[in-house]
Amino acid sequence: MPVITYREALRHALAEEIERDANVVVLGEEVAQFNGAYKVTEGLLAKYGPQRIVDTPISEAGFIGMGIGASMLGVRPVMELMFWSFYSVAFDQILNNAANVRYMSGGQINCPIVVRGPANGGTNVGATHSHTPENVLANHPGVKVVVPSTPYDAKGLLKSAIRDNDPVFFLENTLLYGEKGEVPEGEYVIPLGVADVKREGTDLTIVTYGRSVLHSLKAAEILEKEHDVSVEIVDLRTIRPLDIDTVLESVAKTHRVLIVEEQKPFASVGSQLAFMIQKEAFDELDAPINRLATVDAPAIYSPPVEIEQLPNPQRVLKAALETLA
Amino acid sequence: MSKKPTSTADKKAENGVKRSDHARAEINASLSRDEKIELYRKMVRIRRFEERSLRAYQAKKIGGFLHLYIGQEAVAVACCSLMGKNDHVITAYRDHGHAIAVGMDTKPLMAELYGKATGCSKGKGGSMHYFDPSRNYWGGHGIVGGQIPLGAGLAYGIKYKGLKGAAMAFMGDGAVNQGAVHEAYNLAALWKLPVIFVIENNGYSMGTSQARSSAGDLARRAEGYHMDWGQCEGHDLYEVRATMDKFLRAAREESKPAIVEIRTYRYRGHSVADPDNTYRSKNEIEEYRRTKDPIQVFQQILVAEGVLNDELIEKIDTEARAEADVAADFAEASPFPTVEDIQKDVYWEADNPSERKSQGRLFFE
Repeated sequence: MPVITYREALRHALAEEIERDANVVVLGEEVAQFNGAYKVTEGLLAKYGPQRIVDTPISEAGFIGMGIGASMLGVRPVMELMFWSFYSVAFDQILNNAANVRYMSGGQINCPIVVRGPANGGTNVGATHSHTPENVLANHPGVKVVVPSTPYDAKGLLKSAIRDNDPVFFLENTLLYGEKGEVPEGEYVIPLGVADVKREGTDLTIVTYGRSVLHSLKAAEILEKEHDVSVEIVDLRTIRPLDIDTVLESVAKTHRVLIVEEQKPFASVGSQLAFMIQKEAFDELDAPINRLATVDAPAIYSPPVEIEQLPNPQRVLKAALETLA
Repeated sequence: MSKKPTSTADKKAENGVKRSDHARAEINASLSRDEKIELYRKMVRIRRFEERSLRAYQAKKIGGFLHLYIGQEAVAVACCSLMGKNDHVITAYRDHGHAIAVGMDTKPLMAELYGKATGCSKGKGGSMHYFDPSRNYWGGHGIVGGQIPLGAGLAYGIKYKGLKGAAMAFMGDGAVNQGAVHEAYNLAALWKLPVIFVIENNGYSMGTSQARSSAGDLARRAEGYHMDWGQCEGHDLYEVRATMDKFLRAAREESKPAIVEIRTYRYRGHSVADPDNTYRSKNEIEEYRRTKDPIQVFQQILVAEGVLNDELIEKIDTEARAEADVAADFAEASPFPTVEDIQKDVYWEADNPSERKSQGRLFFE
């Protein structure tokens, strides 16, 4: 099976969906002529032309709102945010318009948009460029939120996101773009709302998503070799809709839960997960649900210190041992 | 409550408006007698619907906001009367006039105000959120200026599909300073999107006059974007048609965007919650009503043209009042949505379960 990067997997998904459906249009800052700020869209302008790959001015509320309006007429825009941090300048458009227009019209309209781009810290870009807003987005009924961790997941989920008739927010990670993984050549999609057990185990369930999956896998190796602990890792893949059943099945097996998330703690994705797990699997728990989040402060710049602000394998290891104590 | 429109020919002098020029414009001269009556009738129907909803609001049948279109009728009726099959319209929350102008049935409109399941948005939107995609009417929006990028998007969609059409994106004089509006102006001009940004300038952004809100002239800001612009008086239905027709043709045929400022006036406050006693005088309202009421103005024009007479005027008014009452009766008799209905119409997938591809929980407790 071919081994490609996460970035290439996204690019293949975009190309395949552009070829499949004439309504799909890619828009964003630097996506065309510059070949993408993070090279996700590299080569697409040359292949598909300026009608399908569109450079926008720096105008998120404008071009994303425009894309939402066009989607009401059947255009299927895939709009890139150079950083998901920039979502806040388009908040009204994505979370008041895209999320609500169907409801406010009594179901007469749908907005088949995708907004995609990197949402992560860890690159020393400071407090305004390091947001991970999946919790904020997922709080809004009407939208879907996807955070893939591997090239295989990224491609299959992006294809599903583009075909989805509801607004889908697709959160990538600049530090995952170069990660390699096996991706089949043929056509495949991964449905939204299906979690993936990335590692099977018996002693502890780590529920996580995005880059934290990779940190958790590294910590799990150490836990097995040095502490004789068998860790099961559930990668949510989609935040909303949420595959809570896979999580609960794992909890029923291991009876201990550690949530690992690159999220500021208050009202994070993990906060919602913890409520659901204790509500629906209280009797399965042998210990309080634990959670490893980002250290609660704006993203620090200083490079070595930022590593300690975010989840990393050593912090996951420590939190896992706490949960097992 | 407004007076019944009357047909006294001696009112002509008070207006002092050069109406005959606009009547001669091809777009107006080519109207049949029936079409002219229908335009007049639509304005009367809007007026009576708005008055009936105000009474319903005062009787506590309607909750939340109610932004009445009384005084502005000619703008929506004129603009929407120019729509072709590939033209689309979107507006803000003062949207009842546009809804009636595109041809929506007033029964579901009133039922929507009453929050009933038979409302045009199933009781889920309310006054600010009337939509009818089948009539190319895309709402009804609550955040000031938030609908304007959507309007640019309608134009983008029309152009992307290779259609000859235009989008009319309406806003008030209070919206012109929102950032999203400027972003939409830039995109429209940069990419030649076939959108007409229509500013219904009724002089007040809630309680703040144009002079206290906006630097410079509103439509003239188009020059900064190298976009065409125009202005006209909104109390004269023929003038609005003549002005907008020009810009709509340029949009449809040459994909040229424009900003058109239409000067109009609202007799009631910003919404029913506005006591309307802090920012303008009763004299100002009365003066406009006396000299520029759009229904009066058009009535006099059509009487002079021999299209309307007292009998027909009376009939149209009686029927409009009856229609509004029928709408209110329909609303009153209709059921509310159920608690189970709250979570319907949120996701296309949840509403179309046989076509759902995703799994997992879409809703939470």
